[in-house]
Amino acid sequence: MGSRHHTRDDAATAAADRHHSQVTLHVNGTPRTLTLDHRRALLDVLREDLDLTGAKKGCDHGQCGACTVLVDGRRVNSCLQLAVALDGSEVVTVEGLGDGGMHPLQQAFLDRDAFQCGYCTPGQICSALGAIDEARAGHPSHVTDPGTPSGRPMPLGREEIRERLSGNLCRCGAYPHIVDAVEDVIR
Amino acid sequence: MADPLAAHHTATGAPAERREGRQKVTGTARYAAEHPLPGRAHAWPVQAAVARGRVRAVDTSDALSMPGVLAVLTHENAPRLGEQDDATLAVLQDDRVPHRGWFVALVVAETLEQARDAAAEVHVDYAAEDHDVLLTADHPAAYVPEEANGGNPATRERGTPDADFAAAPVRIDAVYRVPPLHNHPMEPHTSTAHWDGDRLTVHTSSQGTTAVRRTLAALFGLDEERITVTAEHVGGGFGSKGTPRPDVVLATMAARRAGRPVTVSLPRRQLATVVGHRAPTVQRLRLGADRDGRLTSLIHEVDTHTSRLKEFVEQAAVPSRVMYGSPHSRTLHRVTPLDVPSPSWMRAPGEAPGMYALESAMDELADALGTDPVELRIVNDTAHEPDSGKPFSSRHLAECLREGARRFDWAGRAVRARASTGNLLVGSGVASATYPVMVSPSTASAHALPDGSFAVRINATDIGTGARTVLAQVAADALGTPLDRVRIEVGNSDLPTAPLAGGSSGTASWGWAVHEACTRLTERLAAHSGPLPADGLDARADTTGTADADSPYARHSFGAHFAEVAVDTVTGEVRVRRLLSVFAAGRILNERTARSQFIGGMTMGLGMALTESSTVDASFGDFAERDLASYHVPVHADVPAIEAHWIDEHDPHLNPMGSKGIGEIGIVGTAAAIGNAVHHATGVRFRELPLTPDRILTALRERRHAPHAAMT
Repeated sequence: MGSRHHTRDDAATAAADRHHSQVTLHVNGTPRTLTLDHRRALLDVLREDLDLTGAKKGCDHGQCGACTVLVDGRRVNSCLQLAVALDGSEVVTVEGLGDGGMHPLQQAFLDRDAFQCGYCTPGQICSALGAIDEARAGHPSHVTDPGTPSGRPMPLGREEIRERLSGNLCRCGAYPHIVDAVEDVIR
Repeated sequence: MADPLAAHHTATGAPAERREGRQKVTGTARYAAEHPLPGRAHAWPVQAAVARGRVRAVDTSDALSMPGVLAVLTHENAPRLGEQDDATLAVLQDDRVPHRGWFVALVVAETLEQARDAAAEVHVDYAAEDHDVLLTADHPAAYVPEEANGGNPATRERGTPDADFAAAPVRIDAVYRVPPLHNHPMEPHTSTAHWDGDRLTVHTSSQGTTAVRRTLAALFGLDEERITVTAEHVGGGFGSKGTPRPDVVLATMAARRAGRPVTVSLPRRQLATVVGHRAPTVQRLRLGADRDGRLTSLIHEVDTHTSRLKEFVEQAAVPSRVMYGSPHSRTLHRVTPLDVPSPSWMRAPGEAPGMYALESAMDELADALGTDPVELRIVNDTAHEPDSGKPFSSRHLAECLREGARRFDWAGRAVRARASTGNLLVGSGVASATYPVMVSPSTASAHALPDGSFAVRINATDIGTGARTVLAQVAADALGTPLDRVRIEVGNSDLPTAPLAGGSSGTASWGWAVHEACTRLTERLAAHSGPLPADGLDARADTTGTADADSPYARHSFGAHFAEVAVDTVTGEVRVRRLLSVFAAGRILNERTARSQFIGGMTMGLGMALTESSTVDASFGDFAERDLASYHVPVHADVPAIEAHWIDEHDPHLNPMGSKGIGEIGIVGTAAAIGNAVHHATGVRFRELPLTPDRILTALRERRHAPHAAMT
């Protein structure tokens, strides 16, 4: 019985070695070097390995946006990112936004009561910051007037904000208050 | 901001900020899967792949040989569970498969990836049987149960409804359909269980941990004192976390077997089949009225399904016992047990689907009479609950309708409809809302500390409603102290026992006990002279016998929804342009969190109207829509101008705070208001939800080809 176990463990170890890699992620400004299962998504690295549970697992499938974080300045669904492919990346999560205190958008979410259960909130906040940068960089959205000159900052009205945040679901229905909060910080 | 009068203001009614808000926006609020415990393992469930039958064999050898796998639980080796009254929790106890998606195994492994991978290598051999999963109005197995959900009688009849319907000069006879709907809270159902000897600690995503503890005690043969269940932060529930769900049973079993903490976080794809759904309803409404619109007969008959495991009967005809005066009435529920997943509570069970049907039929009646639909509802207003004959403790439906009509500019709706341009048809609709006042006994304690602060303890659950905040406000007023002197503890079964966050009854039930404990403490403090002892003074309350005392009044919230839509005749898309609602729900204790709850309910109603639908797959036997890409909850782009208002309502027959529940009424009637607006826009009456482009386009095409097409 014991020897059988040994064989299995040895085989498992060998298999594990083929299935793990060392990866360095710069998370909220701190370099983190980890040996990761190749199957591990960035979301699970954050939540399970780094205890950064602000990024939420809503669907694990890229359909709800609760896991949204910023990777190299762009918003991503961290559940769809294999961490092994992100070696050297800068990752910013909701825990890293405030620079000690609270980011103005976090404060605006509080002021506007832009959440209830709070589970989608970190994703909404990271997604909104990503969307604001995208608009600033001149990225159009589905509702942008095609006549708008490209490459220049896009103004973000309520319709634009709604469209650009539509990948972030909120089952509590805080949408109008979220848009209010985003408007507060872009004014 | 210094306000010299602050101490004299009441804390209730003020828009106090959420107490846990800062934690939620900074990502530090911990939910059920987020309690780091040394050695914690993860589990991944395996679901039955047949709709009915038996598990002949489970081959776990491949899974067990995979790296990191600690155990595979099946019906053959899982711990035996004790008796309790919810059959959906008796997981892995026998070989029976009552519906597709039923749990047949659980893989426990060091990591999530290992558990998931190994779950795919659990080989289950089934003896499948023929299944029957489709609800039809004339199903031979349909029967009238004794009770519908919530203890409501399945049937009520007054007078001679059939004869008076037949004799009525104006009649509506129509069938409305609501598909199965899923709660889909953003946080999947999750539990982390941890045994320490024969002490059990569970962090779970639940609307009430007192019931979870009681159930675990029965299942695992433990004294309740040996169990602690926490639900500090809960990522929504909407009814689907009202009572324990299988995740907490699986996690507790797995933790016992593995000898270490285990988290079970149900994958989103599994939720549709194992945490309950709103059962589909087929509702026949017959309204008979005289020429001035007064109802003479109201018949509301509901067909719905349930599973083989439990009799859950969506009480959709119940609101017709409350809404409008009618001398003759029958309200009836029939249920058909099928090989389907078990239905359960979803926000405003009964009222949400039932008021879609009733309020759509009222719109049809207004049309048939040529009456304004707002006025028709006011004509049928009643001071007594038709079914019970009791007077309403307060009923301001007419005021909600009038105030909403004014704010919405209801009078201008015809002008706005005529201004339709291009492919867009514009229309407006109205519907009423109602929800019963429910309240349950609760306990609470209040503690005065020598430093002048207070600690209030109660096992309430804040699922995002703002319960912590509102209960602190109630306490501050009863203690006559500023809000910031009150600390409140909720979400832990070691606290004084309290009922669940459900039935829009949380604030009333918990608030009553908090109010009573704080009032007693105030009396004790008044009788006390000199400095407080080092451990302070405390007081407890138990509202058994008072909160649940029979009332001579019928107690309900009411409201009115107004919707404006634009229907695209080329794409078939319906867009809500405006949604405005006015509610009469007693005293509003926190206008900030109340507004969010109302708007949230209205948004879910918008989803029910336009996007949310699930389908029982006839071949496979479970739901075809199992993820958020196929089950469409509303997104930002679906929700434009949405406004919730309320009228001041003073009702002395409720509870010490004068509040009614507000968590559910927002979803009640919303879909009817939107559907009625679509009718106003298109002239076509739709009687099946949701109003998706395929249905709109098909109906518009049929109308174009009809011999005498008429536009409204």
